[in-house]
Amino acid sequence: MTARTAFGQWLNRAADSDIWWSFKSSTTTVVATVVTLLIIAMAFLAPVIAPHTPFDPGSLSLSDGLKPPVLVSPDGDWTFPLGTDDQGRDVLSSIMYGTRLSLVVGFASVVVALLLGITLGLVSGYFGGTVDAVIMRIADVQLTFPAILVALLIDGLVRGLISSRRHDEIATFVIIGAIGLSFWVQYARTVRGSVLVEKNKEYVQAARVIGLSPALIMVRHVLPNVTGPVLVIATINLGLAIITEATLSFLGVGLPSTQPSLGTLIRLGNDLLQSGEWWVTVFPGITLAVLVLAVNLLGDWLRDALNPKLR
Amino acid sequence: MVPGGKAAARNVPLLEVKNLRVEFPTRRGTLLAVDNVSFDIAPGEVLGVVGESGAGKSLTGNAIIGLLEPPGRIAAGEIHLEGRRIDNLPYEEMRKVRGARIGAIFQDPLTSLNPLYSVARQLVETIQTHLPMSAAAARQRAIDLMKEVGIPGAEQRIDHYPHQFSGGMRQRVVIALALCAGPRLIVADEPTTALDVSIQAQIIALLKRLCREHGTAVMLVTHDMGVIAETADRVAVMYAGRIVEIGPVREVIKQASHPYTRGLMGSIPSLGHRSDRLAQIDGSMPRLTEIPPGCAFNPRCLHRGERCLVERPELMPAGAGRAACWLHDRQGVGAPVAAELADA
Amino acid sequence: MPDGRASQFIRIAGLKRYFDVSPSWLVRKLEGRPRQIVQAVDGIDIEIAKGETFSLVGESGCGKSTVARLVVGLYPPTAGRIEFDGNDMARRRSQAESAALRRRLQMIFQDPYASLNPRWRVFDIVAEPIRAFGLSTDKADLERQVGDLLRQVRLTPADGRKYPHEFSGGQRQRVSIARALASRPEFLVCDEPTSALDVSVQAQILNLMMDLQRRFGLTYLFISHNLAVVYHISTRVGVMYLGRLVEQAPTDTLFKRPKHPYTRMLLDTIPDLEMTGRQRAPVAGEVPSPISPPSGCSFHPRCPFANERCRIERPQLLAVEGGAAACHAIEEGRLAIEERSYAPPR
Repeated sequence: MTARTAFGQWLNRAADSDIWWSFKSSTTTVVATVVTLLIIAMAFLAPVIAPHTPFDPGSLSLSDGLKPPVLVSPDGDWTFPLGTDDQGRDVLSSIMYGTRLSLVVGFASVVVALLLGITLGLVSGYFGGTVDAVIMRIADVQLTFPAILVALLIDGLVRGLISSRRHDEIATFVIIGAIGLSFWVQYARTVRGSVLVEKNKEYVQAARVIGLSPALIMVRHVLPNVTGPVLVIATINLGLAIITEATLSFLGVGLPSTQPSLGTLIRLGNDLLQSGEWWVTVFPGITLAVLVLAVNLLGDWLRDALNPKLR
Repeated sequence: MVPGGKAAARNVPLLEVKNLRVEFPTRRGTLLAVDNVSFDIAPGEVLGVVGESGAGKSLTGNAIIGLLEPPGRIAAGEIHLEGRRIDNLPYEEMRKVRGARIGAIFQDPLTSLNPLYSVARQLVETIQTHLPMSAAAARQRAIDLMKEVGIPGAEQRIDHYPHQFSGGMRQRVVIALALCAGPRLIVADEPTTALDVSIQAQIIALLKRLCREHGTAVMLVTHDMGVIAETADRVAVMYAGRIVEIGPVREVIKQASHPYTRGLMGSIPSLGHRSDRLAQIDGSMPRLTEIPPGCAFNPRCLHRGERCLVERPELMPAGAGRAACWLHDRQGVGAPVAAELADA
Repeated sequence: MPDGRASQFIRIAGLKRYFDVSPSWLVRKLEGRPRQIVQAVDGIDIEIAKGETFSLVGESGCGKSTVARLVVGLYPPTAGRIEFDGNDMARRRSQAESAALRRRLQMIFQDPYASLNPRWRVFDIVAEPIRAFGLSTDKADLERQVGDLLRQVRLTPADGRKYPHEFSGGQRQRVSIARALASRPEFLVCDEPTSALDVSVQAQILNLMMDLQRRFGLTYLFISHNLAVVYHISTRVGVMYLGRLVEQAPTDTLFKRPKHPYTRMLLDTIPDLEMTGRQRAPVAGEVPSPISPPSGCSFHPRCPFANERCRIERPQLLAVEGGAAACHAIEEGRLAIEERSYAPPR
């Protein structure tokens, strides 16, 4: 198959590559990817495909409240296939919107952690000496705290500083920042390790002989070679970030109930568990579990697939 | 330089390799890394196996010791040691052969010795595995061996750990380890490449002397022609997984029969004369996936003819040894074909 | 042959480089361990004339690679002076002046696998010096220059689109050479450029380097441990041992009439490919650790001609026939000069 465009050639190479073959030959991974893609599609198409808008108070009617899922009991209604909560909000639609928020917060916080971690790792590894010592000590100290605690701390700090109404408006950003700040350390350490190895390689020395500045060398030469392992960690961390956000929301210190993520939904439904309306908490829970499992499996495969190249 | 033992057992080779084929199944197809290689080693003889990277010489050595890493495997051929077939032995049997009948010396002395165990422990363990001896007797034998390989203060140093020895000393310990169970054959894969030039000379001299004294044969795998010139009785030249020439070392070095060997010898800068340019062979050894039909060397050969493009030559008598080249066949190479010239 | 009185293209005087490998302050205080300094380069004087190839030989740990890196500016010297075409390299300069000097000297490295950035295309690798020194006017001109460079090292311009891993070791070394030539330098420091290559590939690369030298009038500082290669390409040779220069001389003189005992020992270790039956006489002992070198003349523990003075006093590099050697035995006339021949007997 001859391909005349550059993109066509790239596609050909990709289709022929070891990574694609390793991907195709693992059913688990293919299934996990399909599931992840489906969930992402569902989440981002929510405004279009969700049957209801559960967070628009105007569309709610209390008479719709506490309807059970349609297949479980004769009281169910096909307009609310997974049931409703006590306010009349459709569980299915809530899950769609909630997943979107969970995903957005998850991705964004991983990106924040990546940016922070890569930058600090690069600087720490390339310059060494005092700079390295300072950054690594900060990292060490932070590692002694569990990530959730750090996120709680930051969130609590911000709440203390701003009024609660204002806080609701910027809650998403606060949470993203808090989770991101609690995860940067492992990226920084991995990058630093790779930088220490690459720094002594002769292509870096060649760049120094030409007289390029350290910043240019770090960004143009070293950075492309140290990002490999980091991408793997990022993928695996995505699941962790989503869970962390869910935990924070469940504890009540994450996103407010006006913009609920899956974690918030689980919390809201938790109170109803004792009265037997299990569907309000169980379905969001299942969605969360499936999403995180799929993302983790994808991350596992990526780590193994990239391994020979990383060696 | 023929050791005494050779005359007595001249007719029975110590090692016979017949039509050895080593393959690597990959998802893109099967790679043939060693292609129909046959040679013998007589008792007490030193056979050099020389070739550039990718020629298959290390794999041949590994196949003989039985240490081919999967997925590599022996796909065809036979290996006989002292008349007994060893290539199809089960793991346990081969383990007994390794060490007792075949010793191995590898390139990197740092990784050949276990850094966590003292030298004494490694030597004694190997000796006791293959020879019926008490621990005390084994230890004494180990100390004697250390003295034989020239390590000063053997009684004390035997309890040291590998990292306490320098590179050259470590390689001596590795030689002692290879010899300790009294093998008839040693396979040495680039034993001096990782060492400094002055240490190389010492180690080569040591290996030669010990093998002569113990009557041990050596299969010396290396890319360094100089080491071969000084140590080997006969030499086999490998190219793209095949043996292209084999013969007495003096003849092969001074008057090679195969164009590749001639080109190789010409590219080595020598101290005998200085020229403006080193003789070079254009192009490079083909990758395993791109070996041309006919003679594997033909794209780079200045003497090639039509026959070389289609018919693969087997080893045939040439000079004092044998070479795989149609130039030495009565029918010749056929009509000349110009060489393709591309640099490595 | 260079005229000793003419101003030399490269002049190195009293060059020293020490590395502090002491354990950290805390460990030193707690365990009472002393500071440890490695005297990697301990006072080197070399002069190289324009157009010649000066080779530095020695075994591992002798400091020759460190000298290469010092000359090129990768490390600052602990002491001593490096002059390039009359310019003192250590003097403070403006960015522009500094760049103008850097442009004229480049380096070729030993490892063909680590010396090219695996994520960059060959075109960008070779173009980098041109871009960095602003030597090109526009894209078309840059492509033309890179194409020319690739052709000069017997690759093709189309190879520019490939990545380093698509090439063999010898081809990568050619890319390295193309990169080194991109800024049109006059002086190239070559750190064991063929040591990692097969013999037949080495021959191709050496021939290429000599062709380029003739074509562009390049000056080479060639680092190697392979004496046969050095014999073939050098104008003059310097022998290093534990950070010091023990002998230097024009190539023929060094190989045919070696003066210093270490030089003789080194030459003795060259394998006898001519099959002359020349006996190699391996010298006992190994190179001592550079952290605590022997006192006086650092070679004295292994030297068959050492006397009391050798143990105490460090010998100076003194002029002898054609070159210079640092040896008390020679100075005191205790060592006879022997003539060596490597040609096969007729």
